[in-house]
Amino acid sequence: MINNIIWPVIVLGGIAVFFGIVLAYASKKFAVEVDPRVTEVREVLPGANCGGCGYAGCDALAEAIARGDAAITTCPVGGAELAAKLSVIMGVEAGSMEREVARVICCGDKNNAKEKYEYQGIEDCKAAEMLAGGSKSCRYGCTGLGTCVRECPFDAIHVVNGAAVVDEEKCTACKKCIAVCPKGIIELVPVSNKVRVLCKNLDKGKSTMDVCKIGCIACQKCVKACKFDAIKVENNVAKIDYSKCVNCMMCAEVCPTKTIYANFADRKKAFISDDKCIGCAICKKHCNFEAIEGELKSKHKVLDDKCVGCSQCSVKCPKDAIEMK
Amino acid sequence: MRLGLIIISAIFINNFVLSRFLGICPFLGVSKKVETAVGMSLAVTFVMGLASVICWMVQYFILIPLGIGYMQTIAFILVIAGLVQFVEMVIKKTSPTLYQALGVYLPLITTNCAVLGVAILNIQSNYNLIETLVNGVGGGLSFTLAIVLFAGVRERLEFAPTPKALDGFPIAMLAASLFSIAFLGFSGLFSGLL
Repeated sequence: MINNIIWPVIVLGGIAVFFGIVLAYASKKFAVEVDPRVTEVREVLPGANCGGCGYAGCDALAEAIARGDAAITTCPVGGAELAAKLSVIMGVEAGSMEREVARVICCGDKNNAKEKYEYQGIEDCKAAEMLAGGSKSCRYGCTGLGTCVRECPFDAIHVVNGAAVVDEEKCTACKKCIAVCPKGIIELVPVSNKVRVLCKNLDKGKSTMDVCKIGCIACQKCVKACKFDAIKVENNVAKIDYSKCVNCMMCAEVCPTKTIYANFADRKKAFISDDKCIGCAICKKHCNFEAIEGELKSKHKVLDDKCVGCSQCSVKCPKDAIEMK
Repeated sequence: MRLGLIIISAIFINNFVLSRFLGICPFLGVSKKVETAVGMSLAVTFVMGLASVICWMVQYFILIPLGIGYMQTIAFILVIAGLVQFVEMVIKKTSPTLYQALGVYLPLITTNCAVLGVAILNIQSNYNLIETLVNGVGGGLSFTLAIVLFAGVRERLEFAPTPKALDGFPIAMLAASLFSIAFLGFSGLFSGLL
């Protein structure tokens, strides 16, 4: 009776101990030295395996970073916060990195863009694209069938009334939507940029007007209105140079078709603190909108109705006396 | 002759996946691309061959003499799990490229019931050591054949105009069942000989 219990225990225990010893020996004998930083880096990476960095997943990126093949800012999801953590592990400077978000450069929703036929095929932008470039009259516009929505691992893009819109809070700039969009109308832009041209139609003004109420007609009014040389019309469509744009929203104000979008409620105003202002008039000199008055050596004042919130005075003020609110 | 029959029987007539329905999990899970399917099946073939032999030895040199044949299942699982771990370490050291290619599939072989299945079937069929080895490798090849063929079909299914309700996994399951029915056609082969 007791043998029935003892023998199995001894045998199975024996086999287990045997394999344990073999494996313990093998793990020493066949040990592969792994850079300890790989594990550390992998732990702080987001772990979504989205592939936004261009590597096969977070594991592959961790190895590349530890080897020094990839910059510590490579992960678009973790952003600056992650780069700071990685800089501690890797001992390199993080540098500055502005968060970017994807943006759909089209606002041709059902109210604005005309349909040229009724599309009844499968719900896929690429399929619709093959059928005479989609059902919208504008061949550059968003087909609104949501291939990007299904691709997004972060639920950050949605089709609203026939055109895709990015939720900038959720977007991690992983570029997956950019890769699948057959129209190529999704771009990465700095998140601080508040003014956007929402059209990619390269046709002449007249043809654009025929297909979409809100398309860019290349009238050049925005170019003239921009005091910072930040907007240009190329190939019949306006384009903002984000490195120069200061979010003054003047282009959006003059745009006749409202292709250039800006949320005017977000517009900031300059405020000069009387305690700090020394009356140097530097701000007055740099204001492109004549929105600052006051003589040399007296306190300056901002004219609220003229100030457009470009923040140039605030940047130039030597005494930090100007605040943007 | 008998060895040839064993290998043909393992691959076609009693195909481990399509006739015996063993190892269905990796069969459906790792068959999205031919490339990964080949990698997975190579690893499985290797482990199946090795596991058959070691399990045969454990059975005839340890369990039977001690009269505890009923501990077969648990002892075999122990052997297979240890073996897979060992194989993983060896591959990691000797061929990092192969290790990279196999990735997560290597440890998954532990839970592949085709491996345990072949070890137990060898004992049930009263094979000797050589026949056991041949049957083990043959079982691995049968897994290879099934999964690689199926992966080819699934790659095409991606582009096939399937009804929306069947899109993706359901149509793959249907394809797998048609596969199984097709392999039923081999069942009459050699029926007089075996």
